[in-house]
Amino acid sequence: MEIKLRDPKNVMKLSKLGSFHQSKLSFLRSFLREFKDWNYKKDLFNLDENGCGHVVYSFNKNNKVYSLICFGNKIDDHERSDRVIATKWDAAFTLYDGIPSKKDIERLALDVPKQEVGRLTYKELTLSRANKSIRIFNHVVEALSNGKQPDKEKLSKVGYLYRTTAVYGSGKFGLADRFRVKNRKEIFGPFRLEMMLVYLVRQFTFDQVNYIAKQRNPKKAVKLDRSICRSLGIGNSTGLGMAPFIVNHPTLLNNWVQARENALLTIRKIKNVNKTDFDLFKSTLLKFLTNITSWNTESEFQKKKINNLISDLKKIILHLDSKKNFKSNFLFNEIYLWSENNLGDECIELIVSVMMEPYDEIVDPLILQMSSDEEKYFDIPCNRTIENLRNILENNYSEILRIDFERKENNKNFWFISKNKEEPRLSDRFLESGSELEQPLAIARDINKLYEKISNQKNSMKISKFLSENNELRHIIRRAFIVEKFPYSEIQDNTIGDKLMPIDMLRLKLSFFGAVKFDPRSDKWLRITMFQGAPLPDELKSFDDQWIYNTIN
Amino acid sequence: MKSFSEIETIAKRASRALGYSWGISEEVGKNIKLLEMFGISGVKNFNAFCKEFKGRKFQNITLIAKKNHSNNNHYCPITTGVNFLDQVNILDELIDLEFQNIAFPLLFLPFVSRASEVIGKKIFLKLDNTEFLLNFNQSIFTNLFNNNVINSSKMIHIKFLNNKDSFGESEWKNLLTLSHNTFVDENEGLKKSAAGAGLTDND
Repeated sequence: MEIKLRDPKNVMKLSKLGSFHQSKLSFLRSFLREFKDWNYKKDLFNLDENGCGHVVYSFNKNNKVYSLICFGNKIDDHERSDRVIATKWDAAFTLYDGIPSKKDIERLALDVPKQEVGRLTYKELTLSRANKSIRIFNHVVEALSNGKQPDKEKLSKVGYLYRTTAVYGSGKFGLADRFRVKNRKEIFGPFRLEMMLVYLVRQFTFDQVNYIAKQRNPKKAVKLDRSICRSLGIGNSTGLGMAPFIVNHPTLLNNWVQARENALLTIRKIKNVNKTDFDLFKSTLLKFLTNITSWNTESEFQKKKINNLISDLKKIILHLDSKKNFKSNFLFNEIYLWSENNLGDECIELIVSVMMEPYDEIVDPLILQMSSDEEKYFDIPCNRTIENLRNILENNYSEILRIDFERKENNKNFWFISKNKEEPRLSDRFLESGSELEQPLAIARDINKLYEKISNQKNSMKISKFLSENNELRHIIRRAFIVEKFPYSEIQDNTIGDKLMPIDMLRLKLSFFGAVKFDPRSDKWLRITMFQGAPLPDELKSFDDQWIYNTIN
Repeated sequence: MKSFSEIETIAKRASRALGYSWGISEEVGKNIKLLEMFGISGVKNFNAFCKEFKGRKFQNITLIAKKNHSNNNHYCPITTGVNFLDQVNILDELIDLEFQNIAFPLLFLPFVSRASEVIGKKIFLKLDNTEFLLNFNQSIFTNLFNNNVINSSKMIHIKFLNNKDSFGESEWKNLLTLSHNTFVDENEGLKKSAAGAGLTDND
């Protein structure tokens, strides 16, 4: 039986990418598995009765230490904003390479709370800030200080005490460049340092809330129950900043999606599926069906997606129940093909994720392939010919070449960087000014331009010769030669059309991070939750690998 | 201290702001970062170039020849560099080249360094009295010790160096003989017992 990889032209459509779910490949899950045998410590706890001050946590193993330095700040309610325009936050964090000295902490106390306008050094690896979910935080302080546990139902509606609003790394604001750390084995997996920061921030939120409650009522206060802590994660508000990232890192994007596709292919090729594995697959789907009922959103777009997902999940579960003989050959392939014919993208992609649950031996080696040394693929192979380039465009961008960019609706938007906040934005080129400063993110349009331009060039012409007169197309030629080697490196859709849902681009990246509870607040930003259900740092030695499917109650 | 990532991003955007295409600006960002990593003042030179860009005319090259002599204006280091990098597979056959009058020639240097990696050959570059040995884009060996801006060069000579040993046969033999002193001289017993395969393998 021939089972092939899924076609990038289908997988890389935005509506499909916007239906991806977390899986065992997701970074926060693989991070926890990799850091199981690291030692966790709370090194310093220096807060006042309002939770202001600093706290240091660390992970260490074999003389290697990473420390999270947390700064709790006092801000007024009117200053609290999740938007990138904010200048103050309830807490700010940096992950330090090693053990910070007193002097380091003093230096960082001045700069970390300032975030984008502060300066960091090569000793700091990642930077972040977070705001309280004020209703929930106050409720928890109130309950604990009165000797009670908080109302679980209230907590389940939000799912966290704090929301991060940005996590920076890779040289931003003076942080360590990637080249300084990229060869360290323990953090070779993608976004390990960012995941470590967010995970330890989650612990800070529990320690801070416990401490404030205790200070408020030392005699009566109780600690937040461990099972409740476990059921809380860290929220995150994410805007358009993530969208250019996936366009600007094509080989990295490829490696993420390729790992997912390879996992699916290998699982579909299993001839005899073991009953235990099948049962785990099915029970995880059932758990998810319960879990998804706690996904709250006001977004009609997302509500529809969730309702369709619930209805499709019920269908697939009925279908699995009806299967008398689970021993049929290539069972997972059969289930996958049935899903493609009977279910929507949301559920198909959930099934792809859940199919990985029983197969650590398939998934774990793929995790090591999810990073990328992008510099390696930067140079354009200028001794190739126009014929080669034309073939690449026709083979890899055939769907995109059908888009008519003469039509206004296909050319509606432009991406730009805001001068005020140096952040990506999207706007209507026919209504707003600034499109002359457009960022190079209209890949589909530029591919069409390139295809048209080479249409009357000789097949034998070298790329170097073509470039000498057409350097305005240089960025897109570079991409074309990348997609030849990395088939899942390109979004196979129009990123400037009137039907664009930018949150599809965000969701793609967030699903690989391991985010859940997608809650779009508009077509341009959304809230999510990370690490909800995850073990606490002192429980890492042994934990339930399916923690992400557990529900709060 | 600015990170290399910041240097790359800012140089890329500044280049775009001058009017270079996004593709060329990506090259400029990488190059300024590269210069700084090699300890050569990329930011300073690029900043000086940007300051003069609007008020100064540069001559562009499209196809690079063995001898490239500008007319009244200096060659633009960026378009010259981009074309050098793109055409290096053909230029290599010319063995040596010269460029008369390149503005801000240190901005041309990283293109040549990257070209050295592309063709897999070391490149010797002489910028007036300053010499550079470009080693496959892994390092740059130079007698340039100041951190100043170089506004222009009168003449740049470039020579593609053939891949050959930088040492003589006797020097190699001497080291080889020494290295053999780490080996064990096998007696008959060891010959029979210390290797994996059988003594006869006719099965």
